[in-house]
Amino acid sequence: MADKNKGSMSLKNILANNAVPIIFIGLSAIAIPISGFSANYLIQEMLTRLARNSFLVLSLLIPILAGMGLNFGMVLGAMAGQIGLIFVTDWAVTGVYGMMLAGLIGTPIAIVLGYICGAVLNRAKGREMVTSYILGFFINGVYQLIVLYTMGRLIPISNPQLVLSRGYGIRNAINLTGVRHVLDNLIPLKIFNNIDVPVATFILIGFFCILIIWFRKTKLGQDMRALGQDMKVAEEAGIPVERTRIIAILISTILACYGQIIFLQNIGTMNTYNSHEQAGMFAIAAILIGGASVSRATITNVFVGVVLFHLMFVVSPMAGKELIGQAQLGEYFRVFVSYGIIALALVLHAWRRMRAKAEARRSLRGEE
Amino acid sequence: MPEGVPLLKMENIGKEYFGNRVLADVSFSLMPGEILGLVGENGAGKSTLMNILFGMSVIEETGGYEGRIIIDGEEKSFKDPFDALEAGIGMVHQEFSLIPGFTATENILLNRESMKYNPLVEVFGDRFKTLDRTDMNRRAVKAIDTLGVSLAPDTLISEMPVGHKQFTEIAREIDRKKTKLLVLDEPTAVLAESEAQVLIEALKKLACQGISIIFISHRLQEIIDLCDKLVVLRDGRVIQEAKTGETNVRQIASWMVGRQISGAADAAQEKERKFGEVILRTQNLWVDMPGETVRDVSIEVRQGEIFGLGGLAGQGKVGISNGIMGLYVSGGKVFVRGKEIKLNDPSSSLMEGMAFVSEDRRGVGLLLEEGIDWNITFTAMQVQEKFISHLLGGLIKWRDDKAVTKCTEDYIKALEIRCTGPKQRAVELSGGNQQKVCLAKAFAVAPEILFVSEPTRGIDVGAKKLVLDTLRRVNEETGTTIIMTSSELEELRSICDRVAIINEGRVSGILPAKSPAEEFGLLMLGHVVERSPDEILAERCR
Repeated sequence: MADKNKGSMSLKNILANNAVPIIFIGLSAIAIPISGFSANYLIQEMLTRLARNSFLVLSLLIPILAGMGLNFGMVLGAMAGQIGLIFVTDWAVTGVYGMMLAGLIGTPIAIVLGYICGAVLNRAKGREMVTSYILGFFINGVYQLIVLYTMGRLIPISNPQLVLSRGYGIRNAINLTGVRHVLDNLIPLKIFNNIDVPVATFILIGFFCILIIWFRKTKLGQDMRALGQDMKVAEEAGIPVERTRIIAILISTILACYGQIIFLQNIGTMNTYNSHEQAGMFAIAAILIGGASVSRATITNVFVGVVLFHLMFVVSPMAGKELIGQAQLGEYFRVFVSYGIIALALVLHAWRRMRAKAEARRSLRGEE
Repeated sequence: MPEGVPLLKMENIGKEYFGNRVLADVSFSLMPGEILGLVGENGAGKSTLMNILFGMSVIEETGGYEGRIIIDGEEKSFKDPFDALEAGIGMVHQEFSLIPGFTATENILLNRESMKYNPLVEVFGDRFKTLDRTDMNRRAVKAIDTLGVSLAPDTLISEMPVGHKQFTEIAREIDRKKTKLLVLDEPTAVLAESEAQVLIEALKKLACQGISIIFISHRLQEIIDLCDKLVVLRDGRVIQEAKTGETNVRQIASWMVGRQISGAADAAQEKERKFGEVILRTQNLWVDMPGETVRDVSIEVRQGEIFGLGGLAGQGKVGISNGIMGLYVSGGKVFVRGKEIKLNDPSSSLMEGMAFVSEDRRGVGLLLEEGIDWNITFTAMQVQEKFISHLLGGLIKWRDDKAVTKCTEDYIKALEIRCTGPKQRAVELSGGNQQKVCLAKAFAVAPEILFVSEPTRGIDVGAKKLVLDTLRRVNEETGTTIIMTSSELEELRSICDRVAIINEGRVSGILPAKSPAEEFGLLMLGHVVERSPDEILAERCR
């Protein structure tokens, strides 16, 4: 009897733990036939979007490992990447070298921002998510100040196409012709019926996944796992908790910087004042849809999440148009889904923690 | 015991917390491979003593300590626990210090993992070394074998029985090569008897290998089984140091609790007291109160009685009243005047004529930012609609401020609450006066059954006496049944008719308050249950 209960409980647990991806698979299964897209088109779209977005989403993994929740502060890294891109566009450095230079310029900025973020979060233990979210807004203000007022004045920008007509400040939209698709098209490959595969981007992502797996086996990775589960115990064991937490955020910020550069080289244009904000929100929504929680995330979650999230993106406007004659539904749907899923994840997280506490109390009493 | 330099010598250790002396002139020594039992009631100073030995920061922050600690003939003073670890002192705390999602191996070697080199270390430093799982496993197995227990090194902590968690903690200390002295703070409190037995065998093995052990426990039989000698602390002093072979459980218990009983305590009990029917009955009550878990309590209290609930901290005595009043999740059955009441619903408990003076005065007991008048009348107003006038045939309920003020003034006078007037905010009162407000609040609902939890904690002697006298007077004048929970046995014995001692979430015995203190002491330590009267008799004749 007890065994049977346990069996059904574990099946229920599996369903409960993967409820989000299951719901999205179900939704996609309904929406795909309605939208009437061809398989060819969808595969192409998914490949492109996986290459575009995965790196950004992967940058979220390490803070989750260290128990700091979803790093809303990754927008800091995205800003650093964008500043790098502004400079390479101005200097007209093109091709892969342009991308690498953008990364090189972005890295020190990301390091400084990441360190600030980590130091702030150390003072807000247990409230990392809301703190990093608000910190993102604050640093966004600083970013705007720099890009809108100092660029073209204190910081020389020579390309008039970048600068607003008043003589200083960067334009709202920047054409990244120099780096557009350079990584995606570095190793050209076509499969099936003319489907482009961005091989080089995938190699980079694959290499990075291996790095993460390896990182988990290092002493630093082990320390992050330890303090992610119980900060107090880790501290008592002599693990430098605060330093380790800063390193976790630092890594995440730097990776978000590279992730944003990869993202924008695929898009080809940069929305100077908005691109980074969307980066954080959509990356977090994607990883949650992939089945990750605030305290647990895997590489599989990242890829499943990116595919499901973007499948909804691509399919829902058409499905909406076919159903009620309005494509706007899709745009509405994606914002709705992004925020909704984040809210849901946070509620689920709180609920699970409460349930775990109740269970711990029961086990103290030593009864079933 | 081996001759020579003692491994640890503590000389004239003393400690004051803000003018409050908690340790005075404590001295003892410990040879290599010797096992010392440290016993004493809660608050006797055991934890403070171990905090001093282990260099906990709380000691330094509150003004340091007196006396000397000598290890291997060298005087030491540890600034933090890591210094103590460096000197070879390992400590296993009462609460587990384990990472739940890690395996036994990972926990045993936490932050002391075996590592392998790789070229990235040159760039990023030592923390980029990878873990050497094979070697970690080898070391974990070795530590577990030294302990001589069966423990699978790759089981997750979260899936282990409590006993195995305890073994993991101890194995961690053993893996430290330096560990010469192991301090175990109530390691068996969470263990079943069979598990405790395995642990004791394991500790004996460790001692044979030359590791000294300080073993803190309330289970005196374990002390006798395991230790070579024991030190009894009471009120911060060493009361007795003895070889375990030359003493017995009863004697130790009397050393632990044997205070002089004041004459006044017994005077109250001289009058013949009459009680009515059974008014409150619990049947297999359990309460999930963190830190005060109640497992299985069945008691009967009669009308007009003052019933005491005593026992050591953390054993569950506090959980009982909190559970019956619906403040923590509970189960089982509770009957009031023979009628079963709904659990987990504070308002139904209040409706049944029960009131509760919580041990958590500032959290549960008081509306800190409100005036005394509101605090006293709030529950009565809410539950019984006292101090309320009805307008328009009851459609509108109006607060009767005059009655509120009148009632408050009466209680201020009766309980000698020192304040500027009925409107003074509760947060501004001293602890003793806050407690009186809590009592007044309970009296205002004129309860049939009054639960009072730790009524004298943190208040001065004068206020203490007044609180106890008030309780006794209310009991005599109105026949209110009082169920009082207290950590101070003497207090319970001075006011109660009967006292139930709670141990490990169960009733270990109920005695008339007049019974000798050492009987209570034995109950607190949970010993009488396992021992037949014959055994006790045999021991006495020895």
